[in-house]
Amino acid sequence: MSGVVGEVLARFGPVAFVMFVVLNLGGLLTWVERKQSAIMQDRIGANRASIFGIRILGLLHPLADAIKMLTKEDFMPARADRLLFKLAPFVSVFFALAAFASIPFGDTITVGGRVIELQAVTLNVGILYVLAMLSLGVYGLMMAGWASANNYALLGGQRAAALMISAEVAIGASLMGIVMVYGSLDMQDIARGQGAPLLPGMFGAWIPAWGIFTQPLAFVLFLTAGIAATKRIPFDTPEGESEIIGYFVEYSGMKFGMFAMADFLETVVIAGMTTALFLGGWQVPYLAAAGFAFPWGATLSLPPLVVTALQVGAFLFKVVVMIWFLMLIRWTLPRFRYDQAMRLGWMGLFPLSILNIVVTGLVILAVRG
Amino acid sequence: MRMASSNGRPDMEANARYPRRLSLRQRFYVVEVLAGLGLTARHFFGNMWRHTLRTVFRVKSARGAVTIQYPDERRPYALRLRSLHRLVRREDGSPRCVACMMCETVCPAHCIYIVATEHPNPEIEKMPERFDIDLGKCVFCGYCVEACPEDAIRMDTGILEFSSYSRGGMIYTKEMLLALEPAGKDGVPTSPVPIPPDRQPR
Repeated sequence: MSGVVGEVLARFGPVAFVMFVVLNLGGLLTWVERKQSAIMQDRIGANRASIFGIRILGLLHPLADAIKMLTKEDFMPARADRLLFKLAPFVSVFFALAAFASIPFGDTITVGGRVIELQAVTLNVGILYVLAMLSLGVYGLMMAGWASANNYALLGGQRAAALMISAEVAIGASLMGIVMVYGSLDMQDIARGQGAPLLPGMFGAWIPAWGIFTQPLAFVLFLTAGIAATKRIPFDTPEGESEIIGYFVEYSGMKFGMFAMADFLETVVIAGMTTALFLGGWQVPYLAAAGFAFPWGATLSLPPLVVTALQVGAFLFKVVVMIWFLMLIRWTLPRFRYDQAMRLGWMGLFPLSILNIVVTGLVILAVRG
Repeated sequence: MRMASSNGRPDMEANARYPRRLSLRQRFYVVEVLAGLGLTARHFFGNMWRHTLRTVFRVKSARGAVTIQYPDERRPYALRLRSLHRLVRREDGSPRCVACMMCETVCPAHCIYIVATEHPNPEIEKMPERFDIDLGKCVFCGYCVEACPEDAIRMDTGILEFSSYSRGGMIYTKEMLLALEPAGKDGVPTSPVPIPPDRQPR
């Protein structure tokens, strides 16, 4: 493998992997949502869709949904802005998908003398990029709200913008602590930094320096604000099923499906970010590039390919666990009222994340001298 | 003008159901959230464990859900359940009914319609020529069963699924009601559901 073909494969391999995983996870989440909520509530969940009597635990329901949405009437209000109305769902899905690009899912692998970073795009400002994509995603909702020529949709779009601003501020401010601790905006650097032992003078090599241990407050703040950024319950004020239906009230068919899809993709993105920044990314505890080196002295050397497979597997496992947790929150907590969501964002999360920055700075000063 | 209280609502009178003051623990929210998440997570893992026991290890007593998958699965019905009526037959297959009109008289919904005729046996005197029940009107009170002096009408078939596309399809005639059998164990119907003509598959 050499020359142009190798270069193209090296560039597009990780992109294709990320797209494959994220899109499939996003589609699968419709099934996860139904089944997990059902099991949490002592129910069975959707299980009737069948092809020749084969039901495979209701896994055919996403397929049935897709067929239903593609064959439904694609209605557009007469006074809608035709271009913006059609563009909005695509914008929403695009930025949700693009946000995953700079999240690393593994260390480097060497194929044919070529060192490949296991992330779709190698960016030294990865965190800013993800934040930018998450913020841009709200433009789709605002466009949908404005273009629908519907007061409720407009209210939903306005709420989406307000919620996104209050959540983004808290997300950005809470991530500053992580940036200070690991000294980089590159998510791959941050993931690597989380492999080092935490306070080796005190704990030896027992605890890895994962973000959740170095920045526990930032973890809670980021998770809360991140759930708000997915605009799902408990922060579903833009949708507001019980009051305004929200920004997509005029959408039907697959355009509506794309808005729902964007929510699921954002759930995957938030789970991926939480994993990459707070749960050690692709790090497996005590696994270095040469193999396991346990703190009690034992070692187990592994070939590089196995190490990479373990790391990618660990990343996917952590993402799936985080998605499970986000779903657990979504199906447990009641929704916030609009003013409560705003209050929580501006008077709770934001000051606390500023406080976190100050305390982190002082601690870093004290530890590193 | 009323001052907004700390939880954002306008001040309200003290109310036992909606206490104005939340405790510090409740106001802090995170502890209560974790308790709620613990509850739902416990249900999740408990049910997953029971589902695994049932599907993988074939433990029949383990149920991960309370759902009864109705058309495939029926819950046991009580013996006293009032379901679709049936007319009890004599040994020769003729109705035990003597067309005394007791049920038609007592029926609060006026859904029973009887036309009497002479029975060949002079000791019985009368029998119904027509015995129609309009199930679209019936309220399933069971008065007809109580009123019947001959124990000729019962509501023990266990059949609950009757529906029609027309009002006429809801009228069950003497022949249909005579053909029905009592329900078996756990209230499972033993005779087929009489399907009205407008619901026959074409």
